[in-house]
Amino acid sequence: MISWILRRGLLAAVVLSFAANAQERSITVASTTSTEQSGLFGHILPLFTREAGIAVRVVAVGTGQALDIGRRGDADVVFVHDRAAEERFVAEGSGGPRRHVMYNDFVVVGPAADPARVNGLRDTAEALRRIAAARAPFVSRGDRSGTHAAELRLWRQAEVDPAGGRGAWYREIGQGMGPVLNTAAAQNAYALTDRGTWLAFRNRQELRIAVEGDARLFNQYGVMPVNPRRHPHVKAADGQRFIDWLVSAAGQAAIAGHKIEGEQLFFPNAARPEPTS
Amino acid sequence: MDDLGAAFSTALGLVAAGDPALAAIVGLSLRVSVTAVALAAFVGLPLGALLAVARFPGRRGVVVALNALMGLPPVVAGLLIYLLLSRSGPLGRFGLLFTPSAMVVAQAVLIAPILAALSRQVLEEMWEEYAEQLRSLGAGPRRAVPTLLWDGRFALLTVLLAGFGRASAEVGAVMVVGGNIEGFTRVMTTAIALETSKGDLPLALALGVVLMAIVLTVNALAQAARDTAARWAGG
Repeated sequence: MISWILRRGLLAAVVLSFAANAQERSITVASTTSTEQSGLFGHILPLFTREAGIAVRVVAVGTGQALDIGRRGDADVVFVHDRAAEERFVAEGSGGPRRHVMYNDFVVVGPAADPARVNGLRDTAEALRRIAAARAPFVSRGDRSGTHAAELRLWRQAEVDPAGGRGAWYREIGQGMGPVLNTAAAQNAYALTDRGTWLAFRNRQELRIAVEGDARLFNQYGVMPVNPRRHPHVKAADGQRFIDWLVSAAGQAAIAGHKIEGEQLFFPNAARPEPTS
Repeated sequence: MDDLGAAFSTALGLVAAGDPALAAIVGLSLRVSVTAVALAAFVGLPLGALLAVARFPGRRGVVVALNALMGLPPVVAGLLIYLLLSRSGPLGRFGLLFTPSAMVVAQAVLIAPILAALSRQVLEEMWEEYAEQLRSLGAGPRRAVPTLLWDGRFALLTVLLAGFGRASAEVGAVMVVGGNIEGFTRVMTTAIALETSKGDLPLALALGVVLMAIVLTVNALAQAARDTAARWAGG
């Protein structure tokens, strides 16, 4: 019995030792796979932590899931890219106010052989119509992420319902950006991706950029605090400090400074909201 | 073939370089999985021993349920713990979601049925051999539980290793409840999943090689400890 109590105490101590290192000053940010996997956070967060003394813990998931984590009160700040969904989040009182942070753009990537003959097009709607007409394989996120929302918006603008190709050429895999690119590379399929993840992606095989530069491919990122009145444990002051830093001159310069092979991945625009959405 | 070769040389390079980030990830993986095994053993082994000796109505049903729970998908265990630990869930006020503690709990939930079911199997066979003897010493089924656990300790080590293998190999539960936060809740399996997402397949596989080497080392150490102890017990 005594040894039982001893062992139990030991166990509790082990579990508590995990809890103890949770005491360091930190905030939790629910964000997207694109910001994490493109290396942006690896570049800017150490700068913020050095300045503010606050560690930032990033949970990188799709935009839909990130907003849901915020809604449940499991993060202090949400940093995502689906303006319509973000405005709903603010309107329902889950958090806000929302601030513009930066933008980059989406690109359509596809196999070098280009079976749908879309290479070099600037008109995304036309490209998607050709892909659907050729029944060329297209891999979709299918995960309620910001990129998925943008893709569905582009199909609507092209007046094509890709659901008809389900089970055939239109392949919704329900996973993050990286797995979509891995799948597209393996199947010689087309896919919509944010440029940041594409630039950081290593397993391209035959994939190339097919369509870029269309104003409809604009991709705005926004940041907002989780509502502390709804979730009293939220670290509102430290979370706001992070948001203020992101939109400050220092934060904006840090974002602009993140490059892969000399190419800038994100363009800060906190001062000037996006031209279109 | 090039990729496979690259993976092995990358793995060697990672280990040789003693990368502190990798060391931290390896350390957390071990801490989480070992703690989860300890926690699960606390519940699972006595439960297994009790089921081995006790006879009560509905026992068969419990045994079948435990055996079925061995197949509990990690992502389901993860979701369950996620909803319990979320700030909006019943245990939310402890703020454990997206911490290593949450990962320990999820893995413990995942492997406790494995430890219980396997130890029940092992100990029931022992009990069939010993029952007479222990009864003649006046030990009822309840008193027999500690004796069985002690006498079966070498066989139970294999059971614990099975639990440890499952814990250190799973990715679904720790990804959901830990969030794969760099420098805080990132473990080997979630790091492998991340590198796979980024398309860096050789690095992902290299991390897999490192993970397998760690699991192999843990098993070899356990086997050596068992052999040494058995020799002492025998001599």
